[in-house]
Formats: sequence, structure tokens, C-alpha cells
Amino acid sequence: MNHLMIMPIVIPLLTGAFLLVMYRYNIGRQRSLGIGSCLLLVIFAIWAVLQAGVTDYTLYRLGNWQPPFGIVLVLDRLSATMLLLTALLSLFCVLYASRGSDREGSHFHALMQFQLMGINGAFLTGDLFNLFVFFEVLLIASYALLLHGGGRARSRAGLHYVIINLAGSALFLLALGLLYGLTGTLNMADLARVIANAPESDLPLLKAASLLLMVVFGIKAALLPLLFWLPRAYSAASAPVAALFAIMTKVGFYAMVRVFLVVFGLDEGAPANDTVMAWLWPMALITLALGGIGVLGAASLRTLTAYMVIVSVGILLATLSRNDEQLLAASLFYLLHSTIMTAVFFLLADLIGRYRDDGYDRFSVISPLSHRWVLGSVFLVAAISMASLPPFSGFVSKAWILQSSTPLPDYLWLWGAILISGLLIIAALSRAGSGWFWRPEEHSAAKARAVAKTQRLDYARTATVCVMIAISFSLALFAQPVMDYLEAAARLVYQPSGYVDAVLGDYVRQGGEVSP
Amino acid sequence: MELVIAITLGVLTSTGVYLILRARTFSVVLGLTLLSHGVNLFLFSMGRLTTASPAVIGLVEEYTDPLPQALVLTAIVISFSMTAFVVVLALKAAVELRSDHVDGEDPNEDRQ
Repeated sequence: MNHLMIMPIVIPLLTGAFLLVMYRYNIGRQRSLGIGSCLLLVIFAIWAVLQAGVTDYTLYRLGNWQPPFGIVLVLDRLSATMLLLTALLSLFCVLYASRGSDREGSHFHALMQFQLMGINGAFLTGDLFNLFVFFEVLLIASYALLLHGGGRARSRAGLHYVIINLAGSALFLLALGLLYGLTGTLNMADLARVIANAPESDLPLLKAASLLLMVVFGIKAALLPLLFWLPRAYSAASAPVAALFAIMTKVGFYAMVRVFLVVFGLDEGAPANDTVMAWLWPMALITLALGGIGVLGAASLRTLTAYMVIVSVGILLATLSRNDEQLLAASLFYLLHSTIMTAVFFLLADLIGRYRDDGYDRFSVISPLSHRWVLGSVFLVAAISMASLPPFSGFVSKAWILQSSTPLPDYLWLWGAILISGLLIIAALSRAGSGWFWRPEEHSAAKARAVAKTQRLDYARTATVCVMIAISFSLALFAQPVMDYLEAAARLVYQPSGYVDAVLGDYVRQGGEVSP
Repeated sequence: MELVIAITLGVLTSTGVYLILRARTFSVVLGLTLLSHGVNLFLFSMGRLTTASPAVIGLVEEYTDPLPQALVLTAIVISFSMTAFVVVLALKAAVELRSDHVDGEDPNEDRQ
């Protein structure tokens, strides 16, 4: 058993707990501890990606209990990719926050670490109840992070966010209770095995459980009727927190992939899944359309970015509901791209807002902007990447999604929704950019220069954003190895028997007896 | 016993859902509490309902499944702490927004 595997959970846990105990530490030490922990997480995530590339499934049995007893952590290519994405994103968010946003309230770095522990745990766990627990960990940390800094807007958005997620947790427990009552197990591999052999009479209840789970993960991922908490919450949160929240909707997507394709997917033809996918397809398309309209109607860059998150969720869930291996690989690539780029835009809204005289990131306010050229070029490059134009990762991922969806039925709906929402994003971003950067006659040039003198450009913040855009560019540059890796990941997801065998192989071969 | 449990579950859940849909934060918090009670009871009953059989092996012929009890314990801890958190949050929001409406403002205030 390789103890490195549990490190992505243990490191943030210990760092966060230490930071809580040592709350008297000055902010410099807190920052270096937080950044150090995130750097370690990146290193372990790289190890995890390499390890998953060598061995399909790496197991970690907590307390050395043989699965299906006890809790098991499972590392495969999908979870390793998500771990690396989370680690990189958190590093940038903590770096950005260390320039001042973490001073708005106390315990920022500790909360960040607990948040990371929850996210990493949700990606690694192979047990459904443990998934619930890690969801709660990441949610509790996110409640506090959302409210971090205080203020009326955050209290208002926080109340909605907390209440809908508490109702979601209640539904999650109902679904878990139902599944346990039917199958007598909560280990994902064992669940898959039992569900595949479940008698016909259990099917309605299994369907009810899977639909309940869809609602739960739909709340996390912001699927159509359950997404109205998102724009307000994401635009109220401070910039680095909102940037980290870009991964939170993807946790919902990841949970759907794991649960619907692996746990309910082992059965021949997966009858319990058909209902879920039939619901998911139209709702994801409408989510996508609504996101596009929201992007066009948003009054500030943060709200616009929140709606771009919704667009990305719509694309991911629509591709998931088509139930195809190639398409899943393509949408995983899109997941990497969209998470990084929406995070870039949350940070960029804050960065540009700081150098505007008035109005922060609102479009309706015309005000002089200092460092117009630097910020304008960063915005232009980021907008090109976000709008999925070449040569950035967005273009590669969307082209791949469109190409691999062509053999499937109803692909024109997907094409139309993706292309039109892309067009709306281009329109909204170019309107925002031209309003801010191309109105020299309305700035009094002298005033802008006076502002620029007093406010020097924050190089660390700008560099953080630039490095994130560079990652999006290098994703496109090194697309081939990434695509190969993600294709292998999708292939593993669509072979749930391999997952079940890796987790339960020993147990089944011993005839259901536990080895001492 | 099944009937009693089923009726209790139904009453707890339906009152919980009704209260969650109310417009004031206090009733929403009460609704969340009732809903989580209902969920805990449901989770507990998923280990099948029997009498006089403790969750200890060797004491009696037929022992109950101990796992749902462990799950309920975890769920109780989480829901209890979350209730405490949401009460504080609701108070904070009511003080800051000067309104205990869940939206922070009463949409019909002007008409009254």
C-alpha cells in the first residue's frame, strides 16, 4: 500500500488544523504555510497523474480493511487529472489572495486548506457515504469562504447558497439510505456489482435513488432548475474564492460520472441510467441556452463569468448525457480548459476593477482606467481563449467535442447550442472589452495618468493571471499527450468491470471471505 | 411499528418541505431541522425494523445491522452543526440586511 496516495487529503487537513491552532501567526507566515501546502499538493498531484498512467487503479485501504468493508480510496486517471487541476488552481488562488484579499477577514488560509481537503477527498474516495462526508467538508469550508470579508451582498448570497445546499445534503442522505436499504453496501464497486444483479422488482426504487442523486449533484453542478443560487453567490465572493469555486461545479460533474457511469453502469444496458440520461439531456441543453442569455445580459464582469460557468456546466452535462466514450474524453479536456479560464476571468474582473476609477467591474459605469494597455492586452488574450478561438485550449476542446458528437443521434442540437452560446460569449466579451479599453475620448487622459501614478500595477497579481492563461495555451500546444491521457481515462470509466475487479477482486476470489 | 415510522417520516418531511418554502428565514431554518430529523429517521430505519435485537454480535440470535446507526450518528453530527451555523448566518443576515426575508428584502413591502 502506497501512503503517498492519501497525502492530497492529509496535507491540507494538517496545514488547515495547524493554521487554526496557530491563529496568532502573522499573515506572512500564514501565507507561506498556505502556499507551501499548495505547492506540495501540486507535487503529489503530478505524482498521482504519473502513477495513474502506469497502473490503471491504485487502491488505498484505510485502516487496512479489505474492501467492501471499510473505506477505500481509488486513484485512476480521471481522479488524478482532477487532483492536478485542483492543485494548480488552488496554488494560483492562494498566490493571488496573498496579495491582500486574505486580509479582509480571518482564517482565510485555514479555510482554503479545508476546502481543498474536501475537494481532494471527493475525487479520491471509493465509498458513497464517504463522498457525502467529503461533500460536507468542502461545503462547510465554502460557506465560510463565500462569507469571507463580510458585507451585505455576501450575507444575502450566502443565505441562499447555504439553504439550498443543506436541502441538497438531506436529499443525498435519502438517496444513500435508499441505496443501502436495497443493496446493503455503500462501497462504489460493491454497489455496482449488487445493482447489476438486482432483481427486477428493485428497479423502480433504484431509479428513484439515482434520480435523487442526480438532483443532489445537479445542485452542486448547477443544472437548470437548481442553478439560480450560482450567479449571485459567485459574483458576491471575493475574487480568489470565486476562482476556486470554478472547480466546485466540476465536482458535481465528476460525481455524476463516477456514480452514473460506474456505480449504475455495470448492469447490461444500465436501465437505471436511462431515466437519468433522458432527464439530463434536455435540462443540460436549456442550462446551456440560459447561460448564453445570462452572459449577454450580465451587468458586471463577475456576473458574466458566473454565467460562463453555467455555460460550461451545460456543455459538460450535455456531453455526459450522450453516454459516449469519445465524447466523455473530449468533455474532460473541455473541463480542464473551462475551469482554468473561468477562474482567470474571476481574477481578471478583480484586477481590472482595482484600476478603474469608479464602478469596479460594472459595465454601465464609464470611468478612466489606468494601465489600459497591459490590462487590455491580457483581457484580449483571455477573451480569445475563453471564446474558444484558436490557438488556445478552448478551440481544441470544442472542436474535439463537436467532432466526436457527430456520429451520435441528435448531434445537431448539441452543435447548435454550443456554437450559439460561443457566439454569445464572443459578443458579450467584445462589448465588455471595447467599452472598457476603447473609449479614450471619454477618459480624461490627464486624470487617468494621475491615477496611474498613484496606483502602480500589481505585478504579482498580473503575473498570476498571465501564467494561468499560459497554461491554457500550453494545453493546446501539448494537446496530443493530454488527449491520449484523457482518452485512456474515459476508456477506464466506460469499463466499470475493471473498477469493480480492481477493488473487489481479492474479496471475490476468496469466495466472499475476508482475509485476515 | 412500520406504520408509525412511515407516518412520522411523512409528517416530518412534509412539514419540513412546507416550512423550507416559507419566506422568512426562521421558518426555513425550522424546516431544515425537521427535514434532517426525517432523513435521520429514514436512514435509521433502512437497517430494517426489529425489536429486542441490539447491534452487537453474539448477544442474541438476530442482531441488527450496526452500519445505519453509525451513518445516522455521522449525519446527526453534520446536520446539528449545520443547523447551528445556519441560525447564526440567518441572524447575521437579518441584522445586516434589516430584514428576515430569505431574499434580504420583502418584495411586497411597498404594497403593504
